[in-house]
Amino acid sequence: MRGEGQVPFRAASFSPRHRPWSGAATLAVFLLAWQIGSSIGAIPDLFLPSPFAVARALWRHALSGDLWTNLLASLLRLAVGWTLGTVIGISVGIAVGMFTLLRSPALALVSALFPIPKIALVPLFIIWFGIGEGSKYATLAIGVFFPTVISTYSGLDNVQRNLVTMGQSFNLSDWSIVRKIMLPGALPSVLAGFRITISVAIILLVAAEMIGADSGIGAFILAAGNLYRTDDLIAGVVILSLLGLTLSALLTRIEQAAFAWR
Amino acid sequence: MADERTALATPLASDPGSTASSTRLKLEHVSHHFGTNSVLDDITLDIAPGEVVALVGPSGCGKSTLLNILGGLIRPSKGRVLMQGEARPDCLNPLTYVFQDFALLPWRTVEGNISLVLEDKIHDDIARCERIGEMLRLIGLQDFANAYPKQLSGGMRQRVGIARALAVRPACLFMDEPLSALDAQTRTLLLEELATLIARAAITTVYVTHNLNEALRLAHRIVLLSRRPGRIKTIIPIESSIDKRREGDANLVSAEKRLWSMIRDEASAADKELDDAR
Ligand SMILES: Nc1ncnc2c1ncn2[C@@H]1O[C@H](COP(=O)(O)OP(=O)(O)OP(=O)(O)O)[C@@H](O)[C@H]1O
Ligand SMILES: [Mg+2]
Repeated sequence: MRGEGQVPFRAASFSPRHRPWSGAATLAVFLLAWQIGSSIGAIPDLFLPSPFAVARALWRHALSGDLWTNLLASLLRLAVGWTLGTVIGISVGIAVGMFTLLRSPALALVSALFPIPKIALVPLFIIWFGIGEGSKYATLAIGVFFPTVISTYSGLDNVQRNLVTMGQSFNLSDWSIVRKIMLPGALPSVLAGFRITISVAIILLVAAEMIGADSGIGAFILAAGNLYRTDDLIAGVVILSLLGLTLSALLTRIEQAAFAWR
Repeated sequence: MADERTALATPLASDPGSTASSTRLKLEHVSHHFGTNSVLDDITLDIAPGEVVALVGPSGCGKSTLLNILGGLIRPSKGRVLMQGEARPDCLNPLTYVFQDFALLPWRTVEGNISLVLEDKIHDDIARCERIGEMLRLIGLQDFANAYPKQLSGGMRQRVGIARALAVRPACLFMDEPLSALDAQTRTLLLEELATLIARAAITTVYVTHNLNEALRLAHRIVLLSRRPGRIKTIIPIESSIDKRREGDANLVSAEKRLWSMIRDEASAADKELDDAR
């Protein structure tokens, strides 16, 4: 090494930061390019309707009210199915995480059943639970159940052992250790699981509504597709995308509030 | 373990106003092995009420294991631990630890971490708050009652660990290298505070350390363990009282000399064994 000069700063890479405005700008540029493509005729309307046409379709259905009835039906299924799968999944996850007796049997079942595509089972659920709401709730609940079990018990497994020993050394009751050490310690993993299960639930919701329903966003998209009303079809897809975005933003809020200590 | 600990009411001279612990700990022929790995070999030790014993010895000789056996966190392979004497009536957890890695719940504030160990026992909210406040004053963290562990320095975290341990009014205090995760300055400062606290509380204490200075500063007796499997190599009593010790004290200097010569012997014996093996 010879000569002199300022020491260069070399630790700049590998620390990506979040810039919300550039995310929004990307979406805006994407929409603009799409609209321009449609306007100059580069993208045929039947092939892919313009953003403007999609917005018009959304507006029309919002005014006529059928957008809201379909959205409400879907939201209700999503809420009931997801909650059902989450509550049962967390319970089973806790049992797997706590009790040696249940661990291996439950994990064997989870490993065997988790990879089955739930969509393939929808006709079966219709036979078991009826063509009505029951089969939809069951499809969502079962899809949500498995990832929830896994995120819950692996969260419990990763609770630091020294904290549990600390609790025991202070003679805390087992129930206190579960409630005040194990469950709060597993919460980050459980909430991370919610991110996955919400997407899973939306995908299964649409699938179930396409197979046997006359209301809901899935049924709306299917009907539009059958009539080659591509503007309606894309409008339905936009609603789903907005739904996912909203729920994920909501979850971020919850995480921020719950993990102020991090 | 519980059935092996008998609470004999020994007729100890105890004046009712004193906080002094009247709990005696007895290790009787305790041996321990993990699998085929023998860690402790026939340890017999009598720890008097209110006495501070420092456990020192080479790394891996079984100090932590012995401490966990003393407090009932590990069941010894052989031998037993006896606890004798009536604990104070307000004692909530007779055998209490201060951990090397603090073991604070990151999602609870300073206050919440102390509260954790009281909630099962003190159901009255006001009494519990008073106890927490008392502990925060004792360790000088009043201003940090609502801080989370990540907002505290290492020294402050260990203060919380100490406050949490003292909050349950323990009969015996077990500390496994409580200062070793701290920097040298914090360690020196906290050591002095700890010496004052221990001298005042007069709780039966076992203190594991690698640091001879800490042992010399805090202990009534220093127990030196041999290499694995740990046996008691020597026990060195230090006469001067804990709150009056000063650096350069003749008692401390002679104790330190003896310790060092024993440690040197141990090390050269180890070297010889290596040579013989070659
Ligand atoms: N849970 C365990 N399972 C198996 N072996 C263990 C276990 N805990 C400790 N040991 C072994 O027992 C021996 C003594 O360990 P211990 O932690 O008591 O030593 P130590 O004197 O506290 O050491 P250090 O000064 O490094 O903390 C070591 O050889 C260690 O590998
Ligand atoms: Mg150790």
